[in-house]
Amino acid sequence: MGPGVGEESLDMLEERKKTILDEIRAHFDGEILVDEREGHEGFLVAPDRLVEFATAAREELGYDYLSSVTGVDYLPDEKMEVVYHFFRSQGGPALVIKTQTPRGNPSVPSLVPVYPGADFQEREAWDLLGIRFEGHPNLKRILTWEGFYGHPLRKDWHEPYYEEDNKPFKSRWPEGDVIRIEDQIPFHKNVHYPEKFSAETWIPEGDAGLYAGLSRVPEKRSGNGQPLKTDQIVVNLGPQHPSTHGVFRMVVTLDGETIVDLQPVMGYLHRNHEKIAERNTYIMNMPFTDRLDYICSMSNNLGYALAVEKLMGIAVPERAEYIRVMMAELTRIVNHLWAIGFLLNDLGAFFTPALYAINERELVLDVFEAVSGSRMMCNYLRFGGLARDLPDGTFEVIKELVTNRLPRKVEELDLYITSNEIVRARGIGVGVLTREQALAYSAAGPVLRASGVAYDVRRADPYSIYDRFDFDIPVRNNGDVYDRYLIRIDEIWQSLRILEQVIRDIPQGEIQTGKSPYQVRVPRGDSYGRVENPKGELGFYVVSDGKPNPWRYHVRAPSFINLTAMGEMCKGQKIADVVAVLGSIDIVLGETDR
Amino acid sequence: MVGEGLIKGLYVTLKHFIGTYIDDIRWLGRRYYRDEAILTRQSPKARGVFTVQYPEEKLPLPEGFRYIPFLVYEEAEDGTIEDRCTSCGICAKVCPPQCIWIERSNDPETGRPIPAPTNFYIDIDICMNCGLCAEFCPFDAIKMDHDYELASYNRLESHIFDKDRLSRPVEYYRSIRPSDYAVEEAARAEKEAAKNARRRAGSA
Repeated sequence: MGPGVGEESLDMLEERKKTILDEIRAHFDGEILVDEREGHEGFLVAPDRLVEFATAAREELGYDYLSSVTGVDYLPDEKMEVVYHFFRSQGGPALVIKTQTPRGNPSVPSLVPVYPGADFQEREAWDLLGIRFEGHPNLKRILTWEGFYGHPLRKDWHEPYYEEDNKPFKSRWPEGDVIRIEDQIPFHKNVHYPEKFSAETWIPEGDAGLYAGLSRVPEKRSGNGQPLKTDQIVVNLGPQHPSTHGVFRMVVTLDGETIVDLQPVMGYLHRNHEKIAERNTYIMNMPFTDRLDYICSMSNNLGYALAVEKLMGIAVPERAEYIRVMMAELTRIVNHLWAIGFLLNDLGAFFTPALYAINERELVLDVFEAVSGSRMMCNYLRFGGLARDLPDGTFEVIKELVTNRLPRKVEELDLYITSNEIVRARGIGVGVLTREQALAYSAAGPVLRASGVAYDVRRADPYSIYDRFDFDIPVRNNGDVYDRYLIRIDEIWQSLRILEQVIRDIPQGEIQTGKSPYQVRVPRGDSYGRVENPKGELGFYVVSDGKPNPWRYHVRAPSFINLTAMGEMCKGQKIADVVAVLGSIDIVLGETDR
Repeated sequence: MVGEGLIKGLYVTLKHFIGTYIDDIRWLGRRYYRDEAILTRQSPKARGVFTVQYPEEKLPLPEGFRYIPFLVYEEAEDGTIEDRCTSCGICAKVCPPQCIWIERSNDPETGRPIPAPTNFYIDIDICMNCGLCAEFCPFDAIKMDHDYELASYNRLESHIFDKDRLSRPVEYYRSIRPSDYAVEEAARAEKEAAKNARRRAGSA
């Protein structure tokens, strides 16, 4: 284990926040403007200066980590805005950059040459908002299919079962005349096709393009210099495959058994989460966040609550903070147990380790059920607190789990797996991601830390009350499948350490600031709330226009962005290793596809 | 030594394997189909076999468990039924998937709304069991149920619940959520007492 990153105090972080402004001013005097819209943060850069600016931010100011790229459709102003959140891997607050482009023909330069981690995120912004990223190597749709009609996150785009722009819908009360929506809009009427489109004759050019985009098998020569005829084989792994943990597809070019190139294809579970959220009121989104990474609903809730609380400027009572941390860390243990169990499944240890891990997960889920009312779809956090306090007896169960059962069982799992020769043979040196690559591809969470970057949002930019606890940020240096397994075991131990402190210190008291109303007032502005989710940095970018519904709601999904590096990890590996590499990234398709 | 890791691993599985038999012997045939056995089988003290044989065995539900909502009505001593619901519409307004439809009617003479729903529908195919309706209802009139066995053969006909299907007596609510009920009743009694005290002060 290496030393933690930002072991500086909170004051120093505050200090740094102030100096960012001065640094930027000194560097780019007069070329960029501070975003002065009410409640908004960051700087506005003209699109033609963007690449220059980003390069300088990376090379000279040390913002080496591009966390999030997204677009916002400002329909009334006839503008599209692209928002970038940069961070330093040493820790500290965000550098927020925005660039605006006319809505009629939105186009900004691509940042992929500077930050390769922008790849999928820019494709997503093109897909959902129709913003062109000039110079992007592969600007194709990523979550919807190639023949999709329009760009669904635009404010004037309507979904098939469209009723009204915003919830609550007027037809529900007081004249609630029940209808089944699918009766009112039969299937064939709710689908838009592009002009001149015929489902009978259409050939998915997306796939042809996809295959053409893969790199070729290099030409081989025999001993006497004559070219050998070799076949390039394209294999589709998935979308229906037990190793893909859901509906996920990888297109692979093979030279024999060696992988030449790999492209992940996703979106089979796409439901336009962000559009749904923009129709919803703020509180309605809480249960929807459960359904992103459905293994970690408690910490998803936390990320969203933080983003909205930042906008509202409300504080959370002590006891609620402690319970939030308790639930987030229990979630981390649950997720890592699950990830380890299923990684072993992917390696061929069919279900015995997975079931040992799931046993313990079951006990934590029982705690979640008692606390929140549901095992997986917890919907437990509220703005300014929690939905309810811990019920009688639950605290004792958690204490028993944390101090007795879980340490014993994690030790057993460690004994069972870590020194196993097959696991070592399948894991060591497989799917290597170097430190530089991990940062460049915006990898997050265990994937980033297994590559030797001690970056953990809990330490780098502390939220909630994480600055009070004594814990280490585990780091592993080889960046292979085996290290990504080990880091998860390390992190479970650190979570248990935090939980012991929570159990020791948790105070009595209120769990909610004021009364939680059914419609919250959120002042104008934008905010980026991020948490260290078990799978990596989960961010929520929320823009409020002062109305009951968010104007923009974006999820920086760690499962999605971690896949950017998937191709890089697999090149040169054998086909059987793809499954192990994917298992070690640990994705959940509910979050990847949103 | 090559193979040491494998042997250590096999030791763990062997321990689990033997553990189940030891645990069976300790329970001596009382291990299955008994409430006390089910309670320990999936608890932090659990050893041996962990699984519960659903549907013969069922795990006890915690009080906070939430499934499809129901409406609470009160029955007076003379048998008249009074809905707690006043059709204020807060549940329909806070419902994230918008699966609640409430029909409110007006008094034909005064033209004012009648404070009880004429009808109340929940489409349980759409309901996401989030519990926000129960949480924000100011009259404690809509609560989350514990009955999760709702599978049916006909989705189109039987999955929109109307007021009759949704209504349950207050005793049922007390039986599934005793401590929530106690807290609410205490708050209600306090409010009532304060109101009476005000009234008395006003008349004096």
